[in-house]
Amino acid sequence: MNTMRREQGSSGADLEAYRRAAQQLLEHVEAGDGEGAQTVIDDLTHLRETELFRELGTLTRDLHEAIKAFNYDERLADITSQEIPDARERLNYVITMTEQAAHRTLTVIEGSAPLAQQLAEEGGQLAERWQAFQRRELNVEEFRELSRELGGFLERVQADSRQISDQLNEALMAQDYQDLTGQIIRKVIALVEEVEANLVQLVRISGQRFEADGPSRPARAAEDAEAASERMRRGEGPTLPGQGGDDVVSGQDEVDDLLSSLGF
Amino acid sequence: MAADKNIKILVVDDFSTMRRIIKNLLRELGYNNVVEADDGNTALPILQKGGIDFLITDWNMPGMTGLELLKHVRADANLKDLPTLMVTAEAKREQIMEAAQAGVNGYIVKPFTAATLREKIDKIFERVQAGGG
Repeated sequence: MNTMRREQGSSGADLEAYRRAAQQLLEHVEAGDGEGAQTVIDDLTHLRETELFRELGTLTRDLHEAIKAFNYDERLADITSQEIPDARERLNYVITMTEQAAHRTLTVIEGSAPLAQQLAEEGGQLAERWQAFQRRELNVEEFRELSRELGGFLERVQADSRQISDQLNEALMAQDYQDLTGQIIRKVIALVEEVEANLVQLVRISGQRFEADGPSRPARAAEDAEAASERMRRGEGPTLPGQGGDDVVSGQDEVDDLLSSLGF
Repeated sequence: MAADKNIKILVVDDFSTMRRIIKNLLRELGYNNVVEADDGNTALPILQKGGIDFLITDWNMPGMTGLELLKHVRADANLKDLPTLMVTAEAKREQIMEAAQAGVNGYIVKPFTAATLREKIDKIFERVQAGGG
């Protein structure tokens, strides 16, 4: 593209200037006017230098525009300086959350499995003796002991099954990680897609020079604000612990405070 | 002040795991009549068909968000008084205020506890029974 512009430049006014100078030079040489010929040669040198400078100017402008094109993509700069580290932190948080959830669930299993096992064993033993009683194989003393043990067992059944039920609830709540980490991973996927699109764009502009200017900075800022408000309307997903600043509540208590301040 | 345990509750969340969690917690609280939807677009026809007494919805869902669903509900003459509880990971003050303005009856941030869910549901029913909004 630039080469074409250069050719057009030298084929127009410049060639005419060269032709005129060459004619003058020939005239001076034929007339034996050495001083005049020298002047024409100086003019020609000057003409050549001017062209060189113009060429240099074009190259400088191209370079400047290429640099501008790179600087221009603020979004890409944001992604590299903020969002990639942020995504890394998010994914680390996903690891932490899934690890915690797994431990919570495993703790529940370790806590309630022995209880269930013990109840089953004790129940089995008592059932055998109960059957013996029904077959009238127990004497009075044995029956009294069985009756006492049955009483104790029933109490334990009550307490232990309540404990197992609480534990199962704990395991239930531990599964909320899937929703929360799923939302975080979705955001990271969206970021990866954006990075991909930006890289494609980068390859495009470095392959062929930037042509038209993009939107001005204030316009971009307005677009960013618009995007942020759209994001908020759509939902932002879970906040990472210790992030989000003052505009984010840190838990249910703050939600309740905020709502009660609004008259709820 | 115990609420009627036979009421029909619609749980809207795009994550099936969270729907199961909420459904199980509700069962634990004695509510067994629960239907599910995975976003506002599927929830709205269920609501419009009638018979839902209580709505529990997430915010951030593909398709129609919980906030949009809430706005649709409040704009519908048949549904405008439907008690609605939002259970969401959205934790911006601005968002909570927006949900309040849109007419939400309760707001729970994830992760939450069974106790919180019970408390908010009880509170909403107390209000409804007292005839206040």
